[in-house]
Amino acid sequence: MRVQYSLFVVLAAALAISVAGCGKKESSESAPPAATGTAPAATPIDPATAGSVEGSVKLDGPAPKGKKINMAAEPSCAAAHATPATDEEVAVGEGGGLGNVIVYVKEGLGNRTFETPKTAVTMDQKGCMYSPRVVGLQAGQTLEVRNDDKATHNIHPVPKFNREWNKSQPAGAPAIAESFAREEVAIPVKCNVHPWMKSYIAVFKSPYFQITGTGGSFSLKNLPPGTYTIEAWHEKYGTTSQTVTIGAKESKTINFVFKAAAGD
Amino acid sequence: MALHRFAVFTAACTFLLLVAGALVTSNDAGLAVPDWPLSYGSVAPPMVGGILYEHSHRVMATFVGILTIILAVWLWRSEPRRWVRRLGLIALGAVIAQGVLGALTVVFFLPVPISVAHACLGQIFFGTIVGLALFTSQWWQSALPRVADAGSPRLRSLAVWTVAAIFVQLMLGAAFRHKGFGIVPHLAGAAVVTLLVFWTAGAARRRYRNDGALGRCRRLLHALIGLQLLLGGAAWWSRLAAGAFPQPIPVMVWLTVAHTVVGALTLAGAVLTTLVCVRILQPVEQAALAARPEQAAP
Repeated sequence: MRVQYSLFVVLAAALAISVAGCGKKESSESAPPAATGTAPAATPIDPATAGSVEGSVKLDGPAPKGKKINMAAEPSCAAAHATPATDEEVAVGEGGGLGNVIVYVKEGLGNRTFETPKTAVTMDQKGCMYSPRVVGLQAGQTLEVRNDDKATHNIHPVPKFNREWNKSQPAGAPAIAESFAREEVAIPVKCNVHPWMKSYIAVFKSPYFQITGTGGSFSLKNLPPGTYTIEAWHEKYGTTSQTVTIGAKESKTINFVFKAAAGD
Repeated sequence: MALHRFAVFTAACTFLLLVAGALVTSNDAGLAVPDWPLSYGSVAPPMVGGILYEHSHRVMATFVGILTIILAVWLWRSEPRRWVRRLGLIALGAVIAQGVLGALTVVFFLPVPISVAHACLGQIFFGTIVGLALFTSQWWQSALPRVADAGSPRLRSLAVWTVAAIFVQLMLGAAFRHKGFGIVPHLAGAAVVTLLVFWTAGAARRRYRNDGALGRCRRLLHALIGLQLLLGGAAWWSRLAAGAFPQPIPVMVWLTVAHTVVGALTLAGAVLTTLVCVRILQPVEQAALAARPEQAAP
């Protein structure tokens, strides 16, 4: 019987180790504490001296062909496409213009503060794809997520510095309104019901950002004179940045080029 | 014997539950249902996309929970061995804790420690139910000749170390799947487990070549570790290949699920081997003591 009691103890100990030991491996990433108090008044920009930075983003090399998405798991999604939908990770236009690139002022704005826009930024779910794929908004600005599909979706941003949430949105349900408190480039968004659905939300303190279309062009206007680090972010190709100095009423042009990945 | 058959049925259902759980993770469907305990406020949500995997897992978990309650009550009412009755209660506690961990993964958006704990406790629960199936068998309760556990290290020790190594390896695998660790610790664990399985099975073959139960155990261990190594390599290859696709591809899903559940079977096989060793082997000193009166007899 002693052996059997030992077995009993070993199994109980293994159970305890599993729960306690596994739990100690790593703590989940927690968001930093939110800023408290009322937001300071926006720093005024003098329109008489404001300049701009504009340019384009291109892909150097052949654009990868979008992989076909298998929507058989959700017939209403498949029915929404006349031809099979393809992955929109790399969107390239004529002349190699790269779309869905976030171009923004990363450094150089100092302690300036900016007003939070009152208008909401909209993200749709159409044909079981997020549209647009990349969304930019300011911290505190409302993000409105709509479901134009006949399918149930769940919208699940996975941020590092903001609060994570996961909300279901059946067909015909009202839009979901959410906001993000902290700057973060960029928050991946999933739909766990439809694993091919991917999107990115970029959150900024300032209004100096733009998401490129397939033409690849961007324009950051109304910038006060100064020296800035401008960064371009793409979900597949990563980031690249340049420093630019603009004087009063000056407009500078900079271009970004991402190298197509080998094997694409 | 009805109780034994019921325990075996519960173990088989638990295995299917592990398959369902592995399908959830491999299809990245862990949060396809954002609410708990209901699914989209219902017990019968639309079974499409990731909801199919997540809700099926919940339904099967509920079924296994009910089976475990019945098993624990049955043992409590009819089992004369107190330690077996208590093990039934431990299994019940484990399945309840497993349900709570499953709920926490949903509420807290799959935090790595809780997800890994959920995976590990599932393996422990499976091993416990397999143990109960063995303890309630006629073989375990029959009068079996005890054999001296000769040789160094003792076979029972080797078997226990093998169980421990496989369990740690399953933890590392779960941590890899849930993106807590890279692949390297899991590969190192595979080497240790392979070594220990071959050592244990080899010792069983050399020392107890004619023992039927131990022979079946070592053949089972050899088959499982070989299959598991092949599946591990294939699952890793499929995972690399799947990176280029916008969604989990079937070959990756099924190879990963197979690797996960054969890992569970390997643990169960090692647990069975250990329990068989405990049942039929005894330390050399005890065997000598047991043999002494016979030697003294005229």
